[in-house]
Amino acid sequence: MDILQILSNTGSSLIAPATIGYALAALGLAMHFGFTGLLNMGMAAFMAIGAYGYAISILTFGFPWWGGMLVGIGGSLVFALILGIPTLRLRGDYLAIVTIAAAEVVRLLFLTTTFDKYTGSADGLSGYHASFRSFNPIPDGTYGFGPWEYNANGWWVRIFGIAVLALAAFILWAVMRSPWGRVIKGIREDEDAVRALGKNVFSYKLQSLMLGGVFGAMGGIIYALPASVNPGVYVTSLTFFVYTALLLGGAATIFGPIIGSVIFWGVQTLLSNLLPALVNIGVLPFMTTTQSQTVRFILVGVALMLLVIYRPQGILGNKKELTFVK
Amino acid sequence: MSSKDSPAAPVEREKTTGLHKGDIVPGVAKVDPIIIADGIRRTFGGLTAVNVDHVEIPRNAITALIGPNGAGKTTLFNLLTGFDKPDAGKWTFDGHSLAGMGAHKVARLGQVRTFQLTKALGLLTVLENMKLGAKDQIGENIFRGMIPSLWRKQEAEIEERAIVLLKKFKLDAKSSDFAASLSGGQRKLLEMARALMSQPTLVMLDEPMAGVNPALTQSLLDHILDLKDEGMTVLFVEHDMHMVRHIADWVIVMAEGQVVAEGPPDQVMKNQAVIDAYLGSHQDVDLGVVTGRIEGELNTAAIDLAEEVKELDANIAKRKETGK
Repeated sequence: MDILQILSNTGSSLIAPATIGYALAALGLAMHFGFTGLLNMGMAAFMAIGAYGYAISILTFGFPWWGGMLVGIGGSLVFALILGIPTLRLRGDYLAIVTIAAAEVVRLLFLTTTFDKYTGSADGLSGYHASFRSFNPIPDGTYGFGPWEYNANGWWVRIFGIAVLALAAFILWAVMRSPWGRVIKGIREDEDAVRALGKNVFSYKLQSLMLGGVFGAMGGIIYALPASVNPGVYVTSLTFFVYTALLLGGAATIFGPIIGSVIFWGVQTLLSNLLPALVNIGVLPFMTTTQSQTVRFILVGVALMLLVIYRPQGILGNKKELTFVK
Repeated sequence: MSSKDSPAAPVEREKTTGLHKGDIVPGVAKVDPIIIADGIRRTFGGLTAVNVDHVEIPRNAITALIGPNGAGKTTLFNLLTGFDKPDAGKWTFDGHSLAGMGAHKVARLGQVRTFQLTKALGLLTVLENMKLGAKDQIGENIFRGMIPSLWRKQEAEIEERAIVLLKKFKLDAKSSDFAASLSGGQRKLLEMARALMSQPTLVMLDEPMAGVNPALTQSLLDHILDLKDEGMTVLFVEHDMHMVRHIADWVIVMAEGQVVAEGPPDQVMKNQAVIDAYLGSHQDVDLGVVTGRIEGELNTAAIDLAEEVKELDANIAKRKETGK
């Protein structure tokens, strides 16, 4: 068992593009669920729209990388409007059902062979890196130390992703400390009371859905930035994983979703390396290495349940501010 | 303000009189109405919850809306405030037609309400609850909200106003606590104070006294009377007849969705229709005295009631026997 390799992989995952993508999506869910109380179960669709919007506009329409990102963001705004206008009048649990269905519709649209020319259907999309890499200010070569040793492109993706994440966290912090954020939190508590005070609750909920959706779309883009857009990623369980990361860190916090994502991916990578290694050296004789990969996801599910039951406020959440206790 | 810090004996304040024009009948015209409603109907399936032909609410007075359970008082409240849409009817507030207008727009016109089941925003602090009530906040726009220099000054003004109100409602010591930590009565106070932050012209209170202890009742009553002194109009739903008699200038009685009577409180409570529909003929009798659990003088009404009860008991016993 190569402990060093396991630890190195784990360390590397802490700033992996996937981790940053999850953190952005979790920030979006913090906006939706943690602050506004919208039980959006369709975050995967926002991420898919971001990633496909980025890749398709570069591959099919020859946009530059930033144009692709703007298309991804624009797509998520349009999706938020289409999703929000009919559904935001629904009560929380109904919204969850509708968003989960909408996310499946989006995923299947990207998966269907009808649009194979644009979406690559089951193969997904790849080979859209040239434009983004051509803007890389870092000279060629390998930099870093220990587990964090990447080439120029690897660093460019990570630095860009962290910058976007920092910007998103700042925006979320800035709006949530403003009177706008106060209205949003009021809506989470009781939207009729807020309505009785003269606030246009529907409009605020839509704004929240759009802002969180943009964070989700950027998360999808960063997730897809270094490699490819794979339709198998944007399934419903992606939404659940992002929720796990969010609840781990604290749903109604700014840094909670980020820390939650880092821990989520750290533990995921550790388990996916450690469990097979333990099987190989005979410590876990009752399972095979393939089974050990499945066990990892069972553990995620158990962790999510334990979190919700015993520490609903997450790591950073205020103990008095329990989102589930009403 | 009559009551300062010491809980002095309540000052009897003068009622506003001369609110109506002509004879007092249900739907009588008012000298200066703030709300004029016509033909408001709301049905839930086969049930007609509200069917009000015409009603006017007098300005700068305290109007009580009373009636038995299921009379449609809260439904009428919801309709007037835009929380529910009527099947038919139109109504104006301060000259603005409100038919089909959403609740938040109604509130912006200066007609603010509270709820029967108190809606304190539990995970916001008491001060945040208060600040939320203020109207026309610059920082409530998402883009301007991101630039604090645009709204800081207004925020400070709002906070100042909130603290003054909290002091008045004796909640200032709680201002940084979560509203969820307040008692039921304190939440009622907070909800009323929060409604006042929007500087309304009409305050609509849905059962402001429900679940409030007697000591707090007095200060709540004073607060409601203060609203009138400050030039506001109050419309409230209440079951406590003592309170209605004490503070209301005008009483509107609803039963089965219709306005069955209205008038000044002392006159309305003598109205036979109101007594039959709502008050019952023994409103002033202590039940404990009638049942003999409490020593006390039985007045004629109580003796009547005691006899009626005996008679009813006898009837029930007879029916049981013949049934067997």
